Amino acid sequence: MLSKRIIACLDVRNGQVVKGINFEGLRNAGDPAELARRYNRELIDELVILDVTATIETRRAMADTIRAVAHEVFIPLAVGGGIRTEDDAAAAVEAGADKVSLNTAAIANPPLITTLANRYGSQAVIVAIDAKRSDDHYAVYVRSGSAAAECDAVEWAREAEARGAGEILLTSIDRDGTKAGFDCQMTAAVSRAVSIPVIASGGAGGLDDFVDVFTRGAADAALAASIFHYAETSVHALKEHLRAHGIPVRL
Amino acid sequence: MIALVDYGAGNLTSVKKALAAIHAEVYVPASPREIARASGVIVPGVGHFSATRALDPSWRDAILARLGEGRPLLGICVGMQWLFEGSEEAPDCPGLGVLAGSCFRLGRRIAGGSADDAGSRDALKVPHVGWNSLLVTCEAPAVEGVSPGSQVYFTHSYAAPVTGEAVAITEHGQPFASIVQRGQVSGVQFHPEKSSDVGLRILRNFVETAR
Repeated sequence: MLSKRIIACLDVRNGQVVKGINFEGLRNAGDPAELARRYNRELIDELVILDVTATIETRRAMADTIRAVAHEVFIPLAVGGGIRTEDDAAAAVEAGADKVSLNTAAIANPPLITTLANRYGSQAVIVAIDAKRSDDHYAVYVRSGSAAAECDAVEWAREAEARGAGEILLTSIDRDGTKAGFDCQMTAAVSRAVSIPVIASGGAGGLDDFVDVFTRGAADAALAASIFHYAETSVHALKEHLRAHGIPVRL
Repeated sequence: MIALVDYGAGNLTSVKKALAAIHAEVYVPASPREIARASGVIVPGVGHFSATRALDPSWRDAILARLGEGRPLLGICVGMQWLFEGSEEAPDCPGLGVLAGSCFRLGRRIAGGSADDAGSRDALKVPHVGWNSLLVTCEAPAVEGVSPGSQVYFTHSYAAPVTGEAVAITEHGQPFASIVQRGQVSGVQFHPEKSSDVGLRILRNFVETAR
């Protein structure tokens, strides 16, 4: 049976992971490759590297980071943050990214989804949707959550699928950073509207939040950053908890 | 030296990196003629079956000739599907035909559950993306050292049928062949280059046969 995936997100700035990390036994706690190796040992299923600055100046550092991580671990690697053009995506793929994640650029230029799907295959194209509750629907925001995109998350996910996206990375702006749990209702609404996998993000606080998002939230994968970085829980312990609750995982 | 065939379907970076990690020597043949010096041939692949159209008769003949000389051949993902007679994904595009059967689209099974249902009762998602188990059905060089229940990383919508050549089976709504092997021909539906230690072991098994 297909396992539910646990994905760790590395927020990277100038080649260093920027959220606080205090793992023991790491020579350099901010080094993405070293962190990737640690997660790989703990059986993380996938990694996302997010370029949180995403300026022209940081591009070269980003390619070096991708190369270093892809050299260390042999699991799927997605890259996001500031991928605006086909050339940006090509640079990430050439450096070793298996998937690129489009957010603002997908809204601003939807044909880019199709262009990249045709060039690299749908499996290489993630459309990231940042959304928050608004009256009776889920409003999509772009530019790191600062600007309303005037569209609904469920509708946009369907359109992204039709344009060739292979996966949806759905982040709840309401829950992000709160540790109050994933927005299971929103995740289920999007997951049941598309046939491609949906990765839930935003709000992971405890082990049971993951159980919820895989059951009530109908998520195919769940992504978290700080819960793993701060070593509040290990990936391995999380997976054992999920397995104990009847959720298929890779252990 | 193992020939890694580049026919423009996606990039070869990941496969190259994984082979480098197990110290296999690899080259990318610029023309079919360069297949003649390969100790083994790998046909990778992501994306659409129709991309294999780029493997025109000159490539097919070169690959078949090397196989005829006893050198092993490994197909990965779409590269494995190409070893069969063809695929529903591109009916007018013939496969290499060294394995009998044709690849099919993974089915959809709609359970129509409520919001409180467990994930397993939800509609089957296609493409099949993620880590899934290998049910090894018989001993074969390709699966040597692979522990029972090992999981590997898949991303595909079409799959090969379970025939006599299947040495491992995986289920997603229905069973399909996840590893095939017949003589010097082998294929893996998943991505060994993205399947961590298990994947590297399976690649090493191939590299061993290509010495």
